[in-house]
Amino acid sequence: MIIEKTKLAFQKLLPATEPEPPAVEDPGEEVEEEKGKKAKVKKEPRQNGVIECDYAVHGYHLDAQVAPEQLIEAVTIVDEAEFFIESITGVDWIKEGQIEVVYDFSRYDFDTCRVVIRTRVNRDNPVVPTITTIYAGANWHERETHDFFGIKFDGHPHLIPLLLPEDADFHPLLKDFKA
Amino acid sequence: MSLTLLNVIFAVVVAIAFAAANAAYLVWAERRGAARIQRRPGPNINGPFGLLQPPLDGIKLMAKQLIIPGGADKVLFIGAPVLAMYPAIMSFVTIPFSDSIVAHNINVGILMIFAFASTGSMSLIFAGWSSRNKYSMMSAVRAVSQSVAYEIPMLITTITVVMIAGSMDLMEIVHQQSSSILHWNIFPLLGKSHNILMPASFLIFFICTLAETNRAPFDLGEAESELVAGFHTEYGSMGFGLFFMGEYANIVIGSCMTTILFLGGWSCPFGLFPGVWWFLLKLYLLIATFIWIRWTFPRTTIYGLLNLSWKILIPLSLVNLLLTAGLIKVF
Amino acid sequence: MSSPIQLQTDETFVLNVGPQHPATHGVLRVKMEMNGEYIVNAETVIGYIHRMHEKMGENKTYPQYLMNLSRMDYLGALGYSHGHVLVVEKAAGIEVPERAEYIRAIMVELNRIASHLFWFGAFVMDLGGFSPLMYALQDREYILDMLEAVTGSRLTYCYFRFGGLYNDIDDDFIDAARRFIPRMRKSLIKYDKLVTGNIIFRKRLEGNALLSKETCRKYGASSAVARGSGINFDVRKNEPYSVYPDFDFDVPVYHEGDSLARYMVRMKEMEQSLRIIEQGLDKLPDGPIMPKKKPKLIKPPAGDYYQAVETARGSFGVRLVSDGTKTPYRLKLRSPTYSNMHLFDESCRGMMIMDALAFMGSLDLVIPEIDR
Repeated sequence: MIIEKTKLAFQKLLPATEPEPPAVEDPGEEVEEEKGKKAKVKKEPRQNGVIECDYAVHGYHLDAQVAPEQLIEAVTIVDEAEFFIESITGVDWIKEGQIEVVYDFSRYDFDTCRVVIRTRVNRDNPVVPTITTIYAGANWHERETHDFFGIKFDGHPHLIPLLLPEDADFHPLLKDFKA
Repeated sequence: MSLTLLNVIFAVVVAIAFAAANAAYLVWAERRGAARIQRRPGPNINGPFGLLQPPLDGIKLMAKQLIIPGGADKVLFIGAPVLAMYPAIMSFVTIPFSDSIVAHNINVGILMIFAFASTGSMSLIFAGWSSRNKYSMMSAVRAVSQSVAYEIPMLITTITVVMIAGSMDLMEIVHQQSSSILHWNIFPLLGKSHNILMPASFLIFFICTLAETNRAPFDLGEAESELVAGFHTEYGSMGFGLFFMGEYANIVIGSCMTTILFLGGWSCPFGLFPGVWWFLLKLYLLIATFIWIRWTFPRTTIYGLLNLSWKILIPLSLVNLLLTAGLIKVF
Repeated sequence: MSSPIQLQTDETFVLNVGPQHPATHGVLRVKMEMNGEYIVNAETVIGYIHRMHEKMGENKTYPQYLMNLSRMDYLGALGYSHGHVLVVEKAAGIEVPERAEYIRAIMVELNRIASHLFWFGAFVMDLGGFSPLMYALQDREYILDMLEAVTGSRLTYCYFRFGGLYNDIDDDFIDAARRFIPRMRKSLIKYDKLVTGNIIFRKRLEGNALLSKETCRKYGASSAVARGSGINFDVRKNEPYSVYPDFDFDVPVYHEGDSLARYMVRMKEMEQSLRIIEQGLDKLPDGPIMPKKKPKLIKPPAGDYYQAVETARGSFGVRLVSDGTKTPYRLKLRSPTYSNMHLFDESCRGMMIMDALAFMGSLDLVIPEIDR
């Protein structure tokens, strides 16, 4: 099973997080437990690590959070396991002062496994290494994420606005963006 | 002398009128034909069957402003559409429609028509170059390679016919085919040559006519899905109109030549009632085939086009030429 | 014949194909560095009709956003709506009645055929053949009429609701659909005779723009682009959703990797869609089209949800990040043509411009869907 194999590979990369119970990190289940309680306990920021998720609930199998410097290694793992790149996007967690960059990968064969790789960077200076060296198709996705969130992809060959006008200096998907 | 001059002037006027009327109404026929093929009505509002559409289109085109792009070569830009129209008109002067209906028959008629026809591609080159547009320029370059490639098999095939007839006089060529359908140059049975490859020759000539007139599937010069509109991208108003009319006039010339060289001109298939009606019938059947082909086939590629000419049509026409020469010697 | 050749990089000129160009079918622009007829380098410039659907997703409530999805892809709109409603239903835990799911599948497949028909006509028109477009549009018209009768619109449908549908289908629709299936099968045979067998058509497409499996994987290509390169990938089969597991259908896969393979995949896909519609009509259960208890206000619990669906243009994904409020925290739309188009820059190098534009046609581009 490719899920097990990929999970093992990720766990090798992220050994520190192995003992952590995944249930805490799974936001979907977490909220179901806490349904009704308005005053939530302040959530611990999620530790880096890999979680196996319920496909029926979330739509993906593996959820790996890595540090930005581990990103290239993590993407190499999925590349070697013959995953294809689905998309790259960002999520602006303004309350935590962080931006999450989300990489989606999936597979062409029937050994279905969707992998989400996340990495979090500071909002003030969002810099993430580029993965265009591994996946050529990440080029546009990274440019788009740069457009929308202002994340700098270090080493990207052509980081100019793609969907926004070529002189755009704003990042519309940031939560503090005012049109 | 002066009578001949008058005769020629009259002939040129009639030729212009014939070319213009044909060009205008072939546009109508093309649009109706295309509509028929595509299961839609086509132009049917103006006049009965939309027959008033061509004059109205002409008025619209003439009323429009002729825009010359900045940086274009003005003389060539304006001259190119004229150059597209004139060889077609000049060629009409020497084409015999029947025994009596010919403006001015000369004994090297074929030579004259091909001489004028080859100047036709000059207009494409001038238009493409003078427009100062990259698409037009590419189209012009294509037009050159295309006309070079297709004039060769066309001329070789014509030489085959000239060899059979022993004359370059168009009247003479028709007269030799006039007995019956079996004497036509397309059918080798009773004619002077017994060359069984003549139908292939006819096909080569027909394909070359398609290519020389820039018609689909060989409309590489125009190629609207790649080169926008090719050499006439920058043309509007009557400049565009002249290119359009030139294209149809060239189709008429090409079909006239096919009729004369291969289909026996104005002679009847059974040797009865020869006359201009037979000529026109054959002519418009050929033109209908042009229209039919255009709306059926997709466009070839530029290398496919050149390969077809240099690798298939030219060798084949040469083989045919040799065979015909040999057969004439034998019989 | 169209294999890449070694080019000298001096003496090139830049040809600006688009944003207004007959072959780009919209406002796509490709900056091509040309050496005569050969492309040395190409850079695709997109974003001319970028509308920031993702920001709208963050500002609108869930039901308000329903109509945005069909504005993404105006040819195969229902497939995109399907992805959106599925992810919200998954997140909010809304049960969908079986009848609604069946009707959704039938509608999506009808829309897929309509989209492929339009592509077929436009593709052959790119190659210079005009008439097939008219035939294809006529067949598409039957579908649009049927969909209009049920959904109320012809192009930008807003038919799916969270939990079900806006309108039930009636006997007229079922009759029309049953009449449509044999007629469409006949038409497909006609297209095969008219276009697929045409020698000019085949010569142009055979060996044109070969895409390897590896290229597809690196760029994340899906739909006929991947399936034409021998990748058996169809979200309907690989990650079955909705009622697709109930249907018996094949995924056409061709191994040549050229434009003809991509063409063949789409033509065969239409036949498979007809099979799905036929089975859907046969199996159509009775019952309601909306769930009995439906939340008044849709507030999915906080979390991260993903749903991929197979639209007419490939694998379309919606990522929904919810924070438990009535608007999404983040809504990412993964559009398939975005990835498919991205291939073009790299793959068209060394090709002639007419081959490159045939290749572009075979990618089945809908520009609003790339730009979102």
